[in-house]
Amino acid sequence: MSKNGIIYTGVPSKEELANAPGVPSEKRMLEGRVACIECVQGIPCNPCESACKFGAITIGEEITNLPRINEEKCVGCGVCVAACPGLAITIVNKAFDEGEATIDFPFEYIPLPKEGDIVDAVSRAGEVVCKGRIVSVKKPKAYAGTAVISMAIPKVYADEVRSMKRLPRQEG
Amino acid sequence: MKVLTADVAIIGAGSAGLSAAYQAASAGADVLVIDENKRPGGQLFKQIHKFFGSREHQAGTRGYIIGEQLLQKVQESGARVMLDSLVYGLLPDKSMGVISDGVNYSVKAKKIIIAAGAKENYMAFPGSTLPGVMGAGAAQTMINVNRVLPGKRVLMVGSGNVGLIVSYQLMQAGADVVGIVEGAPKIGGYGVHAGKIRRAGVPIYVGHTIKRVFGKEEVEGVEIAALDEHWNMIPGTEQTFDVDTVCLAVGLNPMTELVWMVGCQFDFIPQFGGHVPLHDANMETTVEGVYVAGDVTGVEEASSAMEEGNMAGVAAAEALGYLTTEEAAQKKAQIRQRLNTLRSGVFGEGRRKNKEKQIADMEIYRQQNGKESGSHE
Repeated sequence: MSKNGIIYTGVPSKEELANAPGVPSEKRMLEGRVACIECVQGIPCNPCESACKFGAITIGEEITNLPRINEEKCVGCGVCVAACPGLAITIVNKAFDEGEATIDFPFEYIPLPKEGDIVDAVSRAGEVVCKGRIVSVKKPKAYAGTAVISMAIPKVYADEVRSMKRLPRQEG
Repeated sequence: MKVLTADVAIIGAGSAGLSAAYQAASAGADVLVIDENKRPGGQLFKQIHKFFGSREHQAGTRGYIIGEQLLQKVQESGARVMLDSLVYGLLPDKSMGVISDGVNYSVKAKKIIIAAGAKENYMAFPGSTLPGVMGAGAAQTMINVNRVLPGKRVLMVGSGNVGLIVSYQLMQAGADVVGIVEGAPKIGGYGVHAGKIRRAGVPIYVGHTIKRVFGKEEVEGVEIAALDEHWNMIPGTEQTFDVDTVCLAVGLNPMTELVWMVGCQFDFIPQFGGHVPLHDANMETTVEGVYVAGDVTGVEEASSAMEEGNMAGVAAAEALGYLTTEEAAQKKAQIRQRLNTLRSGVFGEGRRKNKEKQIADMEIYRQQNGKESGSHE
């Protein structure tokens, strides 16, 4: 009797994601870069709200409210990706080019990949879905130690892929 | 025996103790903080992840940076911090026995704040005494303070936030985590922490327990099994893993020894880790002038511990006349509001109710013993 959902598996279910006010519409993702906030539990946390300079993320007075994305205001800058302590935000862009989408995701492991590297793109459950091509790696001081990696993948996997497999460490 | 005096003596230089020290010392009190560790900061310096909470709680800031900022504030406030010093006794006249660098001290203070924290629970199973079986907190200290990897392949027992966060940090430090085992049918900690672990390819086995650890002289492997609804292992469901380390993240319990010794009255609240001292909204216990703050009052988390420390520090300074009733009331109202925020939502409501019961029981105790209740706003 395997049960579905974040409290049983650590992976948000389709229903949880569909009901999350931080997840943008398919239409908006097809138009270009937009924050996809997969925050489905009412935990007391709100740094994403103040990180967004465009006022596109609202939590409100009650800090256990789920973040709500305003998909018109969101420009997909990615500042919230590094600001979320739960590492629950990605930037999805289904208009990257003809056949590819990009996912910008937070990454806190070393070594970091380099631009142009081909890596294993993984799902929310850590399964390898396809290969991904690293488009950029950003780790400015303001991100406080979290790198934000932009990775191109076949468009068909854009709803599935959320991270990349850790790279092996150099021994020594 | 050397005698040291202070307005406020604080036991423990962690999240709660340092916050209390800052509040009391910046109000003007002469404060002495005593900690058995070589470095101050308690658990804060082991927390390399970004904290949750609100802007006032520095959400998004990594724990060790919050620790550095707090320590700086304490140093500027003029509080004295005595490290590598063990408080071995506390008497009802508020004098304490301290040993530091082989020298015995008697510390006499007008107010005492006990912020001793909590310790890890252990769990017994065949092989649990083999080297390589350790508390998750021990593993966290090794990787984040001493920069030593406890092992290369780890199984974590317990899916509360400690189990989830330490698993993540072990992978950041270069280990592989083969899985997290959780006896309950669901994950205990925040879903977002579990999500990080799952994206890294780590399975979480809910409704499972550890059956045995095997190995000649150290951990060589571990066997887990599924549990039925009565928490009995189901034969035939065993799985084995090659591991060299097994970490236990099966809860914490408050370090109440000194609180018992000084004669405080207790509640038994299992969700807070067992026996916890009664205290009022000012964090004062049933022994007048003895305050408690942080995990010793019931296991919660670092942000709540800092706020309870703030509360105890303000209340002690007020009681000594360093803050007017008005000044203290304003500070306390702000602290209380932040505490309520931390104790809200699906993960916080239970803690809020338990805390209300603990404070209500304190009121009942005072009424039954004909004592005036403390100042409440």
